[in-house]
Amino acid sequence: MSLLRMRLPELRDRLARGELRVADLVDASLRRIRETEEKIGAFLLVDEEGARREAERLDSLPADAPRGPLFGMPAGIKDNMVTEGLVTTCASRFLANYRPIYDATAVRKLKEAQTVTVGKLNMDEFAMGSSTENSAFKLTRNPWDTERVPGGSSGGSAAAVAAGQVLFALGSDTGGSIRQPAAYCGVVGLKPTYGRVSRYGLVAFASSLDQIGPITRNVEDAACVLQAIAGHDPLDSTSAAVDVPDYPSALTGDVRGLRIAVPREYLGEGIDPQVKARVLEALKKFESLGATVEEVSMPHTDYAVATYYILASSEASSNLARFDGVRYGVRAEDAGSLAELYLRSRSEGFGPEVKRRIMLGTYALSSGYYDAYYKKAQKVRTLIKRDFDRVFESFDVIAGPTAPTTAFRIGEKVGDPLTMYLNDICTIPVSLAGAPAISVPCGLADGLPVGLQIIGKPFDEATVLRAAHAYEQATEHHRLQPAL
Amino acid sequence: MDITVRDVEHVAQLARLELSDREKELFAGQLGAILRYIEKLNELDTDGVEPTSHVLPISNVMRDDEPRPSWPLDKVLENAPDKEDGQFRVPAVLE
Repeated sequence: MSLLRMRLPELRDRLARGELRVADLVDASLRRIRETEEKIGAFLLVDEEGARREAERLDSLPADAPRGPLFGMPAGIKDNMVTEGLVTTCASRFLANYRPIYDATAVRKLKEAQTVTVGKLNMDEFAMGSSTENSAFKLTRNPWDTERVPGGSSGGSAAAVAAGQVLFALGSDTGGSIRQPAAYCGVVGLKPTYGRVSRYGLVAFASSLDQIGPITRNVEDAACVLQAIAGHDPLDSTSAAVDVPDYPSALTGDVRGLRIAVPREYLGEGIDPQVKARVLEALKKFESLGATVEEVSMPHTDYAVATYYILASSEASSNLARFDGVRYGVRAEDAGSLAELYLRSRSEGFGPEVKRRIMLGTYALSSGYYDAYYKKAQKVRTLIKRDFDRVFESFDVIAGPTAPTTAFRIGEKVGDPLTMYLNDICTIPVSLAGAPAISVPCGLADGLPVGLQIIGKPFDEATVLRAAHAYEQATEHHRLQPAL
Repeated sequence: MDITVRDVEHVAQLARLELSDREKELFAGQLGAILRYIEKLNELDTDGVEPTSHVLPISNVMRDDEPRPSWPLDKVLENAPDKEDGQFRVPAVLE
């Protein structure tokens, strides 16, 4: 347990000094999973044998062999990133037995950094959801209160890190799916700039928004993991050919003169008063550290959720057309024709939220409605992005809550999709603008974690990480642990 | 915007989804509520605003047209629900 609470650089040093073997770390991770998994349910697959084999291999490398930057670190992977030979389901019945023949680029890069993959983590089916309740296979519970959701869609990733089952996890974020579960589970979640991390091998939900990022226990670890996975990839033409700076060295602890904008729309109606109080305390802390905090307006914030649900659902309806029962996944039995095979395979394989979003997207793209919905939403996206561009002309970062409330109860919102969608009000505008953002713990409200969201200029993850790290080091919030 | 069961049936057909009567009723109500919420976008004047399809200034990304190895056939067919002679097998498209 205590091993899995240490920072990645600390463990790296202990491994390098020979005080610790990779097998010790992997044992600790697997033991913790055994102890807590029945309560938490974070994993869809635990690859105990593979993890032990890899630990043994790494431990037997010659002492002078070059070591990867994340040598020996046990990690979990959200189950929408393909892993060679390890079943990858997207928490969908459609892919229940899908065994990929290659690794996603982010997964390959982690392997090159010599991490140990412990298993695949639960999520909302095809990453569509905010609570992980849309998994076709199991419920994941919040380690802080097992009657509550861990958030979503990367709920398994956030819960596993919060419960100390792995040192870090990869998640994916389309409208908040890394940041919101990180906030709900009291851990750090970073959504990099769109294009910063290759999407190759990430099962596509909404291609203009999807982005892979780390969920970790502290900001320094997030910097280390981002370092390992960032960069241009010829296999993803939308990954950006922008230099990757050295992230850990950006963590100077100094935020004097940092200009922080706080949009009044982010602290308005619908934000829980206790969440607001924690965020305001955090902003005070930043001022005491020498940063300046100024209120601004981002007038199109209120239109972001509507814009997002048109664009994300439209892209999803197109992306998920590939699940036709021909090349992989579910195939309906005894279909008399190819058309019937498509129809029945899809209907049997997809869960209700996935069908709902495919329906919404198909409607928005259908003849006669394209201009009214899809094109309109693309134009409003431009206005939302301009809000960000304007604020970033005079500020370094934007701050506010990650989510309007703390973790809600299991079952509380499943019957009302629109209420569930509105839960993403703080994270969605950032996704539409493509900007990087982190959620860091900023205290508790009635015993449940609250997340502070810090948003940066596109490709300026370094400043986001520096701000988050300085705040974290000046507070004790990240040391709080759930009493599991 | 009200969505009728007939609208739902039409869209389901376009999306290649087969819905039960219960699902049709449910989706008609839920999609209607979502679309009514989305109508708030009409409060904004977007005349002359360029649509954003992608946040990065990337258009067509080209690479040299050089042959390189691809996956062996047996690998590609590993996950196929049905296959024959190195091909995916499906029901007849034409009678």
